Amino acid sequence: MQVVLFHLMPYADLDIEAGRKAGTVWVKLPNKHFDPVKGHKLYNRYLDELEYAEELGFDAVGVNEHHQTAYGLMPSPIVTASALARKTKKVKIAILGSALPLRSHPLTVAEEHAMIDVISGGRLISGFVRGIGAEYHTFGVNPTFSHDRFHEAHDLIVRAWTEEGPFPFQGRHYNVQYVNLWPRPFQKPHPPIWIPSQGSKETIDWAADPKRRYTYLQTFSPAKVVERYLKMYRDTCSGYGYTASDSQLGWAVPVYVGETDESARREAKEHFEVFRNVFVKMPLEMLLPPGYTSRESLKNVMKAKAQMFGDVSIEQAIELGLFVCGSPQTVLNSFRKYWDAMRFGNLLVLCQFATLPADLTRRNMELFAREVMPALKQLS
Amino acid sequence: MEFAESFVELNGCRTHLRRAGKGKPLLFLHGASGAPVIMPFMRTLAESFDVLVTEHPGYGRSGEPEWLENIHDVAYFYLDFLKHLDLSEVVLVGSSMGGWMAAEIAVRDTSRLKSVVLVGPAGLSAPGVLPADIFLMPPEDMVRALFVDQKLAEARLAEPVTPESIDAALKNRHTTARLAWEPRLHDPHLAKWLHRIDVPVTIVWGEQDAILPVGLAAEWRRHLPKARVEIIPRCGHLPHAETPDLFCDIVRKCR
Repeated sequence: MQVVLFHLMPYADLDIEAGRKAGTVWVKLPNKHFDPVKGHKLYNRYLDELEYAEELGFDAVGVNEHHQTAYGLMPSPIVTASALARKTKKVKIAILGSALPLRSHPLTVAEEHAMIDVISGGRLISGFVRGIGAEYHTFGVNPTFSHDRFHEAHDLIVRAWTEEGPFPFQGRHYNVQYVNLWPRPFQKPHPPIWIPSQGSKETIDWAADPKRRYTYLQTFSPAKVVERYLKMYRDTCSGYGYTASDSQLGWAVPVYVGETDESARREAKEHFEVFRNVFVKMPLEMLLPPGYTSRESLKNVMKAKAQMFGDVSIEQAIELGLFVCGSPQTVLNSFRKYWDAMRFGNLLVLCQFATLPADLTRRNMELFAREVMPALKQLS
Repeated sequence: MEFAESFVELNGCRTHLRRAGKGKPLLFLHGASGAPVIMPFMRTLAESFDVLVTEHPGYGRSGEPEWLENIHDVAYFYLDFLKHLDLSEVVLVGSSMGGWMAAEIAVRDTSRLKSVVLVGPAGLSAPGVLPADIFLMPPEDMVRALFVDQKLAEARLAEPVTPESIDAALKNRHTTARLAWEPRLHDPHLAKWLHRIDVPVTIVWGEQDAILPVGLAAEWRRHLPKARVEIIPRCGHLPHAETPDLFCDIVRKCR
């Protein structure tokens, strides 16, 4: 198994009460709550944590893209991935992912990812996402064209990476007379592509297609839901006439390892609950603008609204497998059990969440890396 | 008065039509929340007009054609629709999104039109006048914001919710987003061509419209200096629903 340290770079210094009162830290929480001096310290602390992951033996470090929110301070994961490309030497760098439909021109993504791949000597893992619903509110991009733009942008990027230029690209959303990428990516035929998703049949059908076989990552979902979607991915591959390899499956999950189960829960409780009940929270209209999902999926979410939009305690989250927390042995046992059921070849652990401070984050990373990760890496 | 219900097959779209009354044809173009039922003002107008109430492509019981991508597609569809039914001297009445459609139709071709009535229309933007964010408002707040008279909002909120009404609401919302998400509720190119409308235009606006503020009426007047403008006091975004008698009087003058 390949283990990735994943970071969101949240604004940990947020006035939590302000976030709670606003009902969400997305879209409309006034940016007066962001202090650039505190931001300066946070960015550097978080980059240190990602760099430390290399020293601790993680296979990869992961960053992602979110806009106009305290949930994550990486409107451009390109910036953080670039900094990591120079500071690290061995670890892979995963951008999970670039929000293709939000870009006015996908060639900029093709170019920036290729630069990082060349600078890092082929250590880039490219992730493509559509951006979350809230970002269609912040950017004004029409969510009913989100899938179309995503697919077309993807086609343009992969062709730009793999075909000899210059060539013309004629699309519905993008038209380019001369696609002729300088630099071309370091890896052949192109960097691996991973597709993070909250779970959707359309995405699975597309990612599992034998032409693509992209690694599918289920993010921040209860373990039962992760299991359902990873199974759906495998079944889809079988339907296409091939067997999915474990490396095509991944799970991204927040993790906290302490000395004992009791101390782990005590240390993580406040920070996890702020993560789940303040940083993640947003109203339905913000989460799922029209066209972002199929209307059938939207109706399912409306039915599960109370469960999805209510508060969750750390105890409930551990029970649901939304959070993996405890002593090293407990965490290892949990992942072994989940792995037996799902056989995911990639595990992305979020070792810092919401307000979790630097000292606890480091200890969490160390305990995980030294006492849990070696055994997980043997699983196959 | 009974409205006859039918479906018009046109351009690959099965379009829901209800029709009643005698006189000059009057085509009513509904707004973002659709036209699921025949409303009292429609019956009143059917005493003076041959009233046609459609559900637009992408709304209610009408089809969702693949070609439906922007407001211009809707305008060309309705020009075909007028021709298909061979309607002439049509009084074209549009509310909100429907008002925007009416203006887009009229800048292209007025040969089948008698007059145009724009009721709190979307379609133009004006500096400093921001429409409500209809896509971020919780549904209940949205209904309340439509009316000054909150009894009307209560009545609408008390209407039974059925699986069909949920499906229709989601479908209407989807199409509204498709047409109006960005640029939000307007077409930046529309104002350039409003001078082409060579039939009488009446603009009706609720003075306390909380969705599209009445300040936008001045922008329409600027581009349509000959238009009659009727600002209705103590009225919100839907004058035809909130002040139907006054509204029908205004429309009858447009024959």
